[in-house]
Amino acid sequence: MSNLTLLVSALLYLSLLFWIAYRAEQRSRQGRSLVNNPYIYALSLAVYCTAWTFYGSVGRATSEGIQFLAVYVGPTITAPLWWIVLRKTIRICKAQRITSIADFVSARYGKNRTLGVLVTVLSVMGIIPYISIQLKAVSGSVAVLSGEAGGQTGLRHDQSLLITLFLAVFTILFGARKLEATERHEGLVTAIAFESLVKLVAFLSVGAFVTFGLFNGPGEIFERASQLPELRERFTQGPGYSSGDWFWYCLLSAVAVLFLPRQFQVAVVENVNEAHLNKAMWLFPLYLFLINLFVLPLAFGGKLLLAAGVNADTYVLSLPLMAGQKGLVLLAYIGGFSAATSMIIVEATALSVMISNNVVMPLLVSLPGLQRWFGPGSSVFVINTRRLAIMVLLLLAYFYYREVADYFSLVSVGMISFAAVAQFAPAIIGGIYWKRGAQFGAITGLVAGMLIWFYTLIVPTLVPVGFLPASLMTEGPFGIWALRPQALFGLDSLSPISHAVFWSLFINTALYVWGSLHRAQSSLDHNQAVLFVDVFRYRSAVESSVVWKGKALVTDLRALLARFFGDDRSNRLIERYVRRNGLNVVQPYADPRLVTYTEKLLAGAIGTASARILVASVAKEEPISVEEVIRILKNSQELLAVNKELKRKSAELEQLTQQLSEANERLKRADQQKDDFLSTVTHEIRTPITSVRALSEILHDTPDMDLATRQHFLETIIKESERLTRLINQVLDLERIESGRHKLVREPVSLPEIIQDSVEAVAQLAAEKHIRLHYRPTDQPLTVEADRDRMQQVLINLLSNAIKFSPAETGEIAVRTELRNGHCLVSVADNGQGIDPAYQKLIFEKFYQAHDKAVRKPKGSGLGLAISKKIIELHHGNLTVESRPGQGSTFTFELPVAE
Amino acid sequence: MKVLIADDEPNILLSLEFLMKKEGYRVFIARDGKEAYDLIQQEMPDLLLLDIMMPGMDGYELCRFVKNTEGFRHMKVIFLSAKSKEADLKKGYEAGADLYLPKPFSTRELVAKVAEMSAQA
Repeated sequence: MSNLTLLVSALLYLSLLFWIAYRAEQRSRQGRSLVNNPYIYALSLAVYCTAWTFYGSVGRATSEGIQFLAVYVGPTITAPLWWIVLRKTIRICKAQRITSIADFVSARYGKNRTLGVLVTVLSVMGIIPYISIQLKAVSGSVAVLSGEAGGQTGLRHDQSLLITLFLAVFTILFGARKLEATERHEGLVTAIAFESLVKLVAFLSVGAFVTFGLFNGPGEIFERASQLPELRERFTQGPGYSSGDWFWYCLLSAVAVLFLPRQFQVAVVENVNEAHLNKAMWLFPLYLFLINLFVLPLAFGGKLLLAAGVNADTYVLSLPLMAGQKGLVLLAYIGGFSAATSMIIVEATALSVMISNNVVMPLLVSLPGLQRWFGPGSSVFVINTRRLAIMVLLLLAYFYYREVADYFSLVSVGMISFAAVAQFAPAIIGGIYWKRGAQFGAITGLVAGMLIWFYTLIVPTLVPVGFLPASLMTEGPFGIWALRPQALFGLDSLSPISHAVFWSLFINTALYVWGSLHRAQSSLDHNQAVLFVDVFRYRSAVESSVVWKGKALVTDLRALLARFFGDDRSNRLIERYVRRNGLNVVQPYADPRLVTYTEKLLAGAIGTASARILVASVAKEEPISVEEVIRILKNSQELLAVNKELKRKSAELEQLTQQLSEANERLKRADQQKDDFLSTVTHEIRTPITSVRALSEILHDTPDMDLATRQHFLETIIKESERLTRLINQVLDLERIESGRHKLVREPVSLPEIIQDSVEAVAQLAAEKHIRLHYRPTDQPLTVEADRDRMQQVLINLLSNAIKFSPAETGEIAVRTELRNGHCLVSVADNGQGIDPAYQKLIFEKFYQAHDKAVRKPKGSGLGLAISKKIIELHHGNLTVESRPGQGSTFTFELPVAE
Repeated sequence: MKVLIADDEPNILLSLEFLMKKEGYRVFIARDGKEAYDLIQQEMPDLLLLDIMMPGMDGYELCRFVKNTEGFRHMKVIFLSAKSKEADLKKGYEAGADLYLPKPFSTRELVAKVAEMSAQA
């Protein structure tokens, strides 16, 4: 494969990453975050598997046997502990706005600058070789594939430089974008998760191809491998069987999986939801299991099939290459590339934040002359610092790779990095579980651990390069036997890594404990200790409470924030906080809570130590005792509880108020209805009374009236009086029914009987208009539980309406009955003028006619149908109408049949 | 004098017709608003006795028509309505009525007021 193909595919792959990261950022801005799920989280944790895993595991297996597994067994068996350690760390970082592991250590021990610097320096020293071996792996893979191992190193280096620069640009774009390092890099995380998938798929594909394509399954490989004496020896008595080494490797990797800057970044800083840990705790070990599944088959396969001169670190590529599987080779190459790039990107991001927030910013803000110099554009400065740091880090790694890395295998350099970050363990683990853990102890322990790490692991690497004489290793410095770098105090039974870890961690821990007990904690130190160790006890109280006493001007705080966040954003942040906590900002001196909040905001942007220095520069502080801190936290806790109770009560009250106002509303509506009804009734009563009064007055004032007219007037008066009586009776009737005061006298009654009676009652009325009335009783025993008189009232009402609205002479009315689904149906149909669909509902309302002036009023009270409907409903039935204008109407009611 | 009576209650028409005729006026009867509208234009009455709620066209509309139309403006309008609230009276006078008598009205008062108006006309 040509160099060009490889370079182009690498660049294409990086472009794909760009696109993925870009899309993820877009979606995050649209509020449709991809990152908020446990699978992406678990996959991003797999940034743990670098090129070392991808290429180095196979190499390690061939040279050291089963021991390669130790660094995966460590994280796997300790994963259940994450729920305890990692969750607490995440909680603390969120509460304190901590952005990196250096910031974590610095914040825990009194926001100490020195610690931040120490952790950063050690991280950078430990990680640069680690990054450089990733570059080495990538360029090594290019060399294998282009078939020019050893030759043309200049070209290889040029390509590596190009890729390094490309990675730097990517990291700058997606890792150093926003000022607040606490804000998540969603694009970055999504790209990393994708890379984890790619390397897994690639490795499994190659493994499956070799196992099942080149051999007949794992059985054959293991069978044949066991014939090779070299392998047999390695796997029966190699270092993999030294239980001491196993212990130290497992410990080292269990610590590294949490405290490597890149792991801290993805596991803690980028964590969206603590609950994602639940799934990650088994998904991540599963990932480790899968990616190790084919390591042994590949190692054995390589030994069996490839020439002895082939570097075992390249078997993953060489095996498919030998088989002529071009596609698979390319996939393997991209897999290794993704493993290397993901590590480089995240590591550089994490380190750049450490360098800007824990080294550069504290230094700058602590110089009195420089403080004033920090203007409103400081945020750009911070971000540029990070960008520059990324560029410098990657270039350093590149030069390290060019000059030094060739001397070491992938795994050995990786283990040196692991040993470096393991030095953080005493200070961190102690820091979150031991309140006595103090600044002095942390510093002395860390310094000692660092020195021992350097002396036992780095110094020996300088010997083969030629910087130091070989006699140092064999005879010790100045001939002091006990100080040989790989056999301190005569301990020479361990491998170099185990040896270094043993001594460095032992002395580190011992000094940490001794230093913590030896010197009293400063008050800030102690306060932070309480906040860290008891983070779960105080939970949200930590967010809102204050462990600070002193005075600071609101305007000073505002100006401080404005330097980094700009005027608008600062004002918004302060206003929101003030509103949420109901603070008084009218007075010139800020509420202590606002000061703490300001410091936390700044910490998220420029690190804990820098934030402390800046806030201290504008505030007059008084020391605050730990008893006070705890009292304040407890008070906040109680306040929260009281607050919660108050909220609950207020919610109840609100609900009651709501119910009350609803009831009131109902009453008002009922009242309004009553008013309307009353006004309609009086209106309806006025009409007949007007006639009665007018006619009576006329009769009284006209003594000489002729007899016929007098007679006519008197008859009219009588009729109108009757109308009035009827109206009043019906109103009272309706009122009785509606109010429920009328008790139905229910008994089994035969509907045909009632219908017959009703028809007879209206027969005279029909006869006057020459309307024909049809009713033929059926044999069905239509018996219902009903009030006989009320039923008859309904029927008479329906029949007289029908007569009223049917044309004289041609009118026909039919009463029919039916039995359907346990209900008796009775219908009264006429062939009258019909009812417009618009009025078919209205006619059942009281006095509907009175409300609509457009309709000519029929004779009647306007209450008949309303009363009928009510009566039927009281019998658990239903009265409806079907009608088409011009074709008559059919009123139907149905009643349940009596049991 | 010509008097138009518009109401959809036959018994009220009966009494009003008798009263007005007895006073010697020429009487026209309308049973709804539309009929009244046509009669106003055909017969040019001097006085209108109007119910308010009638099918077709209500009393307010008729009154507004008369009071806003050249050649009809001189006609006197008396509302006789069952709507008897303050607001109803106000609305009637706003429509341009010369008098508003809520039902049930006194026939003597009505006759007296009509006589007054006929004297003015």
